[in-house]
Amino acid sequence: MIEFKGVRKSYGDTLAIDTINLTVARGELLVLIGASGSGKSTLLKMINRLETHDAGQILVDGQDITSVNVQALRLRMGYAIQSVGLFPHWTVARNIAAVPQLLGWPAARVAARVDTLLTLFDLPPALYRGRYPHELSGGQQQRVGVARALAADPDLLLMDEPFGALDPVIRSALQGEVQRIHRATGKTIVMVTHDLDEALRLATRIVLLDRGRVLQMATPMELLAHPANAQVLDFLGRSDLGIKRLSLQTALSLARVQSPCGGLSLPGSATLREAVSLLAQHGLVAVDVTDASGVHAGVLHAADIFQPPGDRGTTC
Amino acid sequence: MPANPRVNPVLGALAVLAMAALCGLPFVSSAPNRLVSGEGLYMVALWRTLGWPVALLLVGLVSMLVCAWLTPRSAVLACGGMALVLMPALLWLAGAQAVSVAGRGASDLMATSLATTSLASGFWLTTLLLGLMVAESLQRWQAGMALRVAVGLLGLALFGGLLASGVCEALSIFKEAANRSDGLAGAVVQHLHIVVLALGCTLCLGLPLGWLAAHRPGVGRAVLPVLNVLQTIPSIALFGLLMAPLAWLASTVPALGRAGISGVGMAPAVLALTLYGLLPVVRSTWAGLAQLPLGVLQAAHGLGMTAWQRLLRVELPLALPVVLGGVRTAAVQAVGLAAVTALIGAGGLGAVIFEGLFSAAQDVVLLGVLPLVALGAIAGSALQILIGWAQRATHNPGAVHD
Repeated sequence: MIEFKGVRKSYGDTLAIDTINLTVARGELLVLIGASGSGKSTLLKMINRLETHDAGQILVDGQDITSVNVQALRLRMGYAIQSVGLFPHWTVARNIAAVPQLLGWPAARVAARVDTLLTLFDLPPALYRGRYPHELSGGQQQRVGVARALAADPDLLLMDEPFGALDPVIRSALQGEVQRIHRATGKTIVMVTHDLDEALRLATRIVLLDRGRVLQMATPMELLAHPANAQVLDFLGRSDLGIKRLSLQTALSLARVQSPCGGLSLPGSATLREAVSLLAQHGLVAVDVTDASGVHAGVLHAADIFQPPGDRGTTC
Repeated sequence: MPANPRVNPVLGALAVLAMAALCGLPFVSSAPNRLVSGEGLYMVALWRTLGWPVALLLVGLVSMLVCAWLTPRSAVLACGGMALVLMPALLWLAGAQAVSVAGRGASDLMATSLATTSLASGFWLTTLLLGLMVAESLQRWQAGMALRVAVGLLGLALFGGLLASGVCEALSIFKEAANRSDGLAGAVVQHLHIVVLALGCTLCLGLPLGWLAAHRPGVGRAVLPVLNVLQTIPSIALFGLLMAPLAWLASTVPALGRAGISGVGMAPAVLALTLYGLLPVVRSTWAGLAQLPLGVLQAAHGLGMTAWQRLLRVELPLALPVVLGGVRTAAVQAVGLAAVTALIGAGGLGAVIFEGLFSAAQDVVLLGVLPLVALGAIAGSALQILIGWAQRATHNPGAVHD
């Protein structure tokens, strides 16, 4: 879907992007991560030409992006940013309708699309259509911002630290929504973040950048299991690498098929990290796991989390 | 402050001053003809000739004075209302006095229609103080735009009705106005002509320049200092500076001369006013565009708007209140400065004022000044209303509704 071929950019004497080669496949949720100044945001903005590259080539759908009209290119991609940037003088509906209107959709189709998106983001259309941005909370504004990016149903969605300014609870909820939309629509998403947990949770692939170079490009599990070098290890945080890995697996994945122990239970979708927290808090060695409908699905043993399967006891 | 009502010393002080001005200064001045200087008539003298209306006026003033020292909001409203009504009442009294003088003169053949009654310092000062009281009451009442406009229209209607009734015709200033009604209307039209032309040119040049200054920092750094210097050149000096090049231009390019360009008259007047208006318009356009939130601009870019779409749909609507603030400054300034252009033969209300000054005819000066003040006030408040409307249209909770 997107190909970077030997892309470079410098500001004066400093090299911001140093020969990046990168391919983003259709349907991927690629997260660009790195410390500030790593070039992650610059790299993202190159895709919709808010930043220009000095050398190399960027292809979108096999087409060199410098060969197409810049507005037409941007209208094809959704774009959501940290500061949201809703137009304060327009209602929520008109904000979401911005790109469809630029594309000249008929009014009825625009209105229907706006209502669909508001519903998708849990904002009842009748209540929110006519509101102005300043009448919304930060989380609602960002929902509208993402809805606006999705309005014309683009194949590609670019998100520049979209949840950076939100509090943890709302951020987590919106991450869930993005994950849901990604799974449901199969859109290609490129997201910039500096939040490692966000990257590990959402990404199908993570690109770790440092000073304009790619340090490592891998799935979240690979990244944690096989950090390429000491720099990557530093970024991941040596001390809680194991804990981070736990958050990538669900409780159900390690549960033994076994009759319930009774007492506390955990939904199967909970991460191993949450399971460990529960076990530690209540001094347990095992906990029941239920499936999505709340039916008993197995028992998760602390021993299985901390040692490879094999020599297993069965006591609760 | 509204939570803890206190006596408003401003209203009270204004009321006391108005009372003092009315009783302690000559209200009108009376002369056997317009060539000799008149003799001041105080309120006491008017009481003798006019009787009960003067008593009624004084009763009104005293009750207003009492209201001005009371705390409830209703007292503030009553005070402002009375001040509003007392202003035309003063004019009516002066008019009635003029009629009675003219009536007395009729029996005395010598004085018949030559006797003049003109408005004196007591009238002007009291009217001014009452006007301030109306404004202060509106402020104190925290009146919205609608109420302010309504009060303004009511005031105009009261004065308009009074003038239409013919009660004031005997006052010298209105006699003078009747004598030169055509000339006066022409002067107003000419004045507006200069202002509208200059303001149009200012906007055509200033808005694009302001936009450029906001988008190309180099332009801003180059243009604003030049405009700043222009603003410091006294208007008379600027007219003088423009005369020679314009005269040269007209003689070298005869087509321009035939089109009305010359060293004196409209051309230098409009050009000078255009230059003076540029600073506020360019600066406000630049400031209005520069204060737009970066995220909004970035979003407009990233969503795929063209430069024109960004300007018309996002930048201009959001910058409009600030831009209009500059336009308001430029407009009010142009109305005032256009009076000075009479010195280089551009005409307008300035011509009336200078004619009055040179012939020592105070009424004629006033005939120029009063419409000038009214034009400035109308231009200022009309744009203020537009600014309020533009602010509400931005739905920006940070914007101040003034």
